[in-house]
Amino acid sequence: MFQDILVTGLVNGGVYALLAIGFSLIFGVARIVNIAHTAFYMLAAYCFYMLLVKTGLGFVLAGLISVGAVTLLSVICYRLVIEPVREHEAAVLIATIALALIFQELMLYTFGGHFLGIPSTLEGAVRFFGVSIPYQRLLILVVAGAMLFLVWFVLYRTRLGLAIRATANDLEVANLMGMNVHRVAMATVAISVSLAAVAGVVVAPVFVVDPFMWLAPLVTMLAIVVLGGLGSLKGSLIGALIIGYVEAITVFAVPAGAYLKGAVALLIMVIVLLARPEGLFGIAFEEER
Amino acid sequence: MLRKIIAAHLFALAALGFALGAQAQTIKIAILGPMSFVQGEHHWNGAEMARDEINKAGGIDVGGKRMRVELVRADTNEIQSVPDATNAVERVITRDKVDFLVGGFRSEAVLAMQEVAMDYKKLFLGVGAAHSKLGLNVEQNYERYKYWFRVAPTKDVDLARTLFAVLGSIGQQIRTDLKTDTPKVAILAEKAVWTEGLVAAAQKNLPALKMEVVGLWQPSAVATDVTAELSAIDRSGAHIVFTMLSGPVGISVGRQMGERNMKAVAWGINVEGQKEEFWQAAAGKAQFVSTLDTYAEVEYTPKTIPFVKAYQARFKKAPTYTAATYDAIMILKDAIEKQGSTNADKIVAHIEKIEHTGTGAIATFDKRHDLVWAVGKTSGIAVQWQDGKKVPFWPPNVKGMQPFKMPAR
Repeated sequence: MFQDILVTGLVNGGVYALLAIGFSLIFGVARIVNIAHTAFYMLAAYCFYMLLVKTGLGFVLAGLISVGAVTLLSVICYRLVIEPVREHEAAVLIATIALALIFQELMLYTFGGHFLGIPSTLEGAVRFFGVSIPYQRLLILVVAGAMLFLVWFVLYRTRLGLAIRATANDLEVANLMGMNVHRVAMATVAISVSLAAVAGVVVAPVFVVDPFMWLAPLVTMLAIVVLGGLGSLKGSLIGALIIGYVEAITVFAVPAGAYLKGAVALLIMVIVLLARPEGLFGIAFEEER
Repeated sequence: MLRKIIAAHLFALAALGFALGAQAQTIKIAILGPMSFVQGEHHWNGAEMARDEINKAGGIDVGGKRMRVELVRADTNEIQSVPDATNAVERVITRDKVDFLVGGFRSEAVLAMQEVAMDYKKLFLGVGAAHSKLGLNVEQNYERYKYWFRVAPTKDVDLARTLFAVLGSIGQQIRTDLKTDTPKVAILAEKAVWTEGLVAAAQKNLPALKMEVVGLWQPSAVATDVTAELSAIDRSGAHIVFTMLSGPVGISVGRQMGERNMKAVAWGINVEGQKEEFWQAAAGKAQFVSTLDTYAEVEYTPKTIPFVKAYQARFKKAPTYTAATYDAIMILKDAIEKQGSTNADKIVAHIEKIEHTGTGAIATFDKRHDLVWAVGKTSGIAVQWQDGKKVPFWPPNVKGMQPFKMPAR
């Protein structure tokens, strides 16, 4: 059982990490709580499905177009919906909820409530410590690792990253220093949503595509980023692994209570918040940044 | 000028009277279902087939007067919201003035819809919900709930009888093929009200069927990932995964079992597995997943094959069990014509006594207004996905059944 938990927790943690990194980035940098983050993930999955299954494009081309199209859409949404109300956090929250619901209803109207399947990019499975792991899940782990490295590289090795970090540190000072903070925020939104879109393309083949597929990961993702520390990429990665392992342990220890795995994950989040409100790796809340 | 105005008003009144007269020539039937989802889609399709067939033959004979059938499409949105479902019923009764109600899918919603329908004394033929409480209401308070009948499927307790009958048959095949006396069964049931009785019955009855229960796993009905559950089941050495799944988790189970090359075979209720789209949704991985079902090209009743063929020709897909709205409307037609009236009380009295040969069942009703369960009459059939096709394999005495297959070991 130990090896089952070890492997299952790691693989599921990788799936969650891929989703949580982008959400954490946009909050940490632009202080935008983008509830529509997983809705963009859902849109990317639908886009990938259409291009791959319906039009017969290859995996790579379909994936690239899906990520590009959804990223472009996020920039448009940012300019039209988020930017005008960005000063008001509650308004941003509500606006992104509205966006997510609009996307959901649009998909429901277009595709109905049917559950759609996307073929795996990599077929087959490998046995590891006696546990069968499909290659697609290993691909997710690899992509999650690559994305994390890419985000780190952009943030710490490029001029854009410097601007993003400066804006995150103090928006007003960055503005006074001549940085175009709106453009930086827009770039951050684009990077963040492109990560969600990558998740949609890579993760969707192991799940089913439907208009409500954004809801369950949203809750898990919120638990992860709060657990890891709002805005902390390292925290998101570790939070994702913790949640992945907690869920695996719940299922293996209490099989008849497998449906409780989400609730147990949220309970851990609450306990961590009570003991350490800023999360495991987050910075303490401040009145003003 | 005044004369012209009066004449125009008279003309309008006459037109209105004509329109109302024309409306009175129809029997209005509300089709209740989640229309954005497969269940509602098949509710509607089955009803359309019945309507067109009846109207093409001149309508329903009501005491010598031919009346056409008019369907009212009511999207209950019940998968997402029970209040939406009750609002839809209220709307079709009060605004659209329908005569009868047909459909419903999710038990929680149908229980609420049943209350609204009974408040208005509207005959409600259920096609979709299995919860026993719907029929129990009739038994406990006949005067209020007598307007409810369950046309499909059988109630949950009877679904269990079918499940165990098929499970016994699969268990026997495993004993022979794998040379084992006690097949191991893993119960995989979504956490929902409708599975509680089935899970308890399975845990109690499987040892009596000389099967070992290796564990119970209960994921959420909307879970999209069951890798941890399947890892544990794989580890348990189960030969059969006994499924009770109505939500999208059924797709995840089918697909992920295939991806993991599991040697166990899935049998039980997998509502998603009943749909034509299941194979695609599971990305072609759901080989050997089997489920209880209603329709296939087998001679379950003399009407089954013609109906399935006509349905496939018209809608380019096979019907799921909610397409039994066809049978419900035909039962109504039969009752109205025999009674020569659309009076709900007269129709109730008639349906209580009939034996109706439909497309999915040969229906007779008990004192709860539930279908009387019988293998080959109302039990339904069992199907297995084999190379992208739904293959019927049970009951064995029905013509057209094919062999049940096991994954290679």
